[in-house]
Amino acid sequence: MTFDPPAQAVLSAHSAKRGAISLSGITRIFAGSIAAVDHIDLDIHPGEFFTLLGPSGCGKTTLLRMIAGFEAPDDGRILISGREMQDVPAHKRAVNTVFQSYALFPHLNVEQNIGFGLRMRGIKNPERKKRVDAIMEMMQIGDFAKRSATQLSGGQRQRVALARALVNEPEVVLLDEPLSALDAKLRAELQIELLRMQKRLGMTFIFVTHDQHEALVMSDRIGVMSKGKIQQVGPVLDVYEKPKNVFVAEFLGLSNIWPFTPTGPHTAQTPLGELTIAAPLNGSGLAMIRPEKIWIYNDTAVPKDQTNLFMGVVREAIYMGASTQYRIELANGQSVLAFDTNNQAAERSWRPGEPVAVELKPDNIMQIEP
Amino acid sequence: MSTVRSEVALEAGRQRLRLWITAGPGLVWIMLFLLIPSAILLAIAFFSADDYGNPVLPLSLAPFQQVAGYSLLGWDSGNIAIFLRSLAQAGTATLVSAALSYPLVFFIMSRPESLRPLLLLFIILPSWTNQVVRTYAWLELLGPNAPVSWLAHALHLVPPHLGLAPGSFAVTTGLAYNYLPYMIVPLYASAEKLDWTLVEAGRDLYASGAKLFWHAVFPQTLPGLLSGVIFVAIPAFGDYVVPQLLGGDRALMIGSLIANQFTETPDWPYGAALTIIMLVFTGLGLVAFRILTRKLGGAEEATI
Repeated sequence: MTFDPPAQAVLSAHSAKRGAISLSGITRIFAGSIAAVDHIDLDIHPGEFFTLLGPSGCGKTTLLRMIAGFEAPDDGRILISGREMQDVPAHKRAVNTVFQSYALFPHLNVEQNIGFGLRMRGIKNPERKKRVDAIMEMMQIGDFAKRSATQLSGGQRQRVALARALVNEPEVVLLDEPLSALDAKLRAELQIELLRMQKRLGMTFIFVTHDQHEALVMSDRIGVMSKGKIQQVGPVLDVYEKPKNVFVAEFLGLSNIWPFTPTGPHTAQTPLGELTIAAPLNGSGLAMIRPEKIWIYNDTAVPKDQTNLFMGVVREAIYMGASTQYRIELANGQSVLAFDTNNQAAERSWRPGEPVAVELKPDNIMQIEP
Repeated sequence: MSTVRSEVALEAGRQRLRLWITAGPGLVWIMLFLLIPSAILLAIAFFSADDYGNPVLPLSLAPFQQVAGYSLLGWDSGNIAIFLRSLAQAGTATLVSAALSYPLVFFIMSRPESLRPLLLLFIILPSWTNQVVRTYAWLELLGPNAPVSWLAHALHLVPPHLGLAPGSFAVTTGLAYNYLPYMIVPLYASAEKLDWTLVEAGRDLYASGAKLFWHAVFPQTLPGLLSGVIFVAIPAFGDYVVPQLLGGDRALMIGSLIANQFTETPDWPYGAALTIIMLVFTGLGLVAFRILTRKLGGAEEATI
C-alpha cells in the first residue's frame, strides 16, 4: 500500500509538512447526547509531542479516534500531512495507534504482532524481518520475540504495542492513555523511553492522558480539554504558568484563586486585602497564583518594604517528601495554599500553629477567566 | 488431642456424606443408563449370533470381522463406503452450518441489544418441534415435484423423474439444517465476547475486508467455532433420522446401519460391534481435535 502524496489543491501553507495535523470545526455528537467533541480547531506541528489533557469524558479519546479514522466527525475537517481525511478509511491512514489496553493479537507472538502492519502492507521477508528486528533492538524487547503476547508483563506489552506502531514509520502516532495501567515506577521509566523514541524518530506524537503530571513531563505542547472543547493550547510552560481559566488552572496543578476588583492600574481589592499585580488590569476578574510561587517567612524575619505581604498562621502542613504543602490562615480569615521545598533544615519548615508571613510577588499573580 | 482428631474425622465424614448426597443421584443415573448398558453392549459384541440374531455362545470375533467387511461371501467394501460416506456427509454438513452461522451470528450482533435474544430464539425455535416432522418437511421440499428439484432438472443435476431427495444432497442439507443451532449458539457466545479493540487494531494496521476478518475476528471466534464443530459433527456422524428419511439406499449412514442390526435384520453382536467401532472412532476424532485446538491456541474452551 502506498500513501498518495498530498494533492496540491488541499495543501494549506502551514500544514503541508509530513506529520502535521490540522483540525477545523471538528464536532462529534453521539446519539441522544450532548456533543462529545464540540467545534474543535487545532493545529499540531510536525514532529511535536502534543498532549491532549483532560478529565475522563472530556472528548479527548473521541478526538483521537476521529484522527485514527475509527469514528467519523459529524462536522469539520481533518487534514493529516495536508491531506483531507474525510474519505480515507482507518486502514489507509498513515497513522498508527497505541491502545490503552495494548490490543495485542493474542494468537500471535511478539515478533508477529510487531510485523503485522508491514505484513498487511505486503512487505515480505527478509525486509519485514529486518525492520521488526531493528525496532525490537531499539526497544530492547528482542529477548522475547517468540513469546506469546499473553505471556508478557504490562510494561513489556506496552513496549510491544509501541514497537508495533513505530515499525510502520507512520506520519503520526496516536497514544490513548498508554501508560495508565502501569505502576508508578514503570510508568516513569516508559515516559522517558517514549520521549526518547519520539525525539529519535522525529514523528508527531499525539498523547491522550488525564494525568497532568504525565502531560507536563512529556509534552512539547498541551491542549487542555473539557466538555468537548479545547480550553487552552500552548507550550507546557505557558499553560502551567499562565492558565487561561479556572478549569485549566485547577486541572493542571494546585492554585489559589480569588476574585478581584481593580482599584488602580496595578492594584486590586481581593478577599486577602489590597494586591499589587504586575500585569495591567482592565476590569474585575480572577487572580491566580500557584502555591509554589508563594514565599513563606518566619514572622521574626519578615523583609522590609515588600508588597503583597500578609501575616498569618500555619494551619496545615502536609509533608510530601521533596516539598511540604502548607495551608496558611491570614489574619482576616482567608486561607492561602503554599509549597516550600524541603531543601533546608529546620528554619524553613513550619508546624501548624506557627506564625508566618507570606509574600505574593506581583509578577506571579495571573489574571484568569472564570 | 484425641477430641481434636475425632472432630477432624467427623468433619471429614460429614463432607463425604454431603458429597454422596449431592453427586450420588447423578452417579447412579450414569451407572444405570450409560456404563452398564455400554458394558453389556461391549460384551455382546464378542458373542456369536443365532439364526434370529440373538447373542449366543461361543465367544467370537466374527462381529468385528463383519464390521470390517468380511462375511461368508468374502470381503465387501459396503461398510467402509458407509463409514466414509457418514464421515463425508457429516463433515460437509458441519462446514455448511459453520459457513451459514458466521453471517447469521454477525447479523444478530449488529442488531440492537434488546432484539438479539429474540433473534436467537427464532434460530432455536424450530428445534423444539420433532426432528422427524422437520425431516419429512425436507423430503417434500426436495422431492421430485418441488420447485428446487425443477431447478435441478433444468440444470441437469438430476434425471427428470427424480428429486433431490432421497440422496446424499438431501442428507447433507438435512443434517446441516438440523444441527445449525448447535453451531450458532456457541459461535454467538464467543462472538459476543469479541474484543473490538483488536478489530480496530487490525484496521489501524492496514487490514480491511477479508484480511481483517481472518486476522482479527476469526481467531477470536475460534473457541466458539471449535465447540460448534464438536456439537454438530459428532451427532451428525451418528444421526439416524435424517439419513433414514432423506437418504434412501445410496446415502445410508452408519446410524441407520446400526439400527438395522437391532430391527429389520437383527444381528445383535454385529450391531454391538458396529456401535463400539463407531464410539472408538468418535473418541479418536475428539482426541485428534483436542490436539488440534491446543495447537491453534486460545481455544481451551472448545475442548470437552
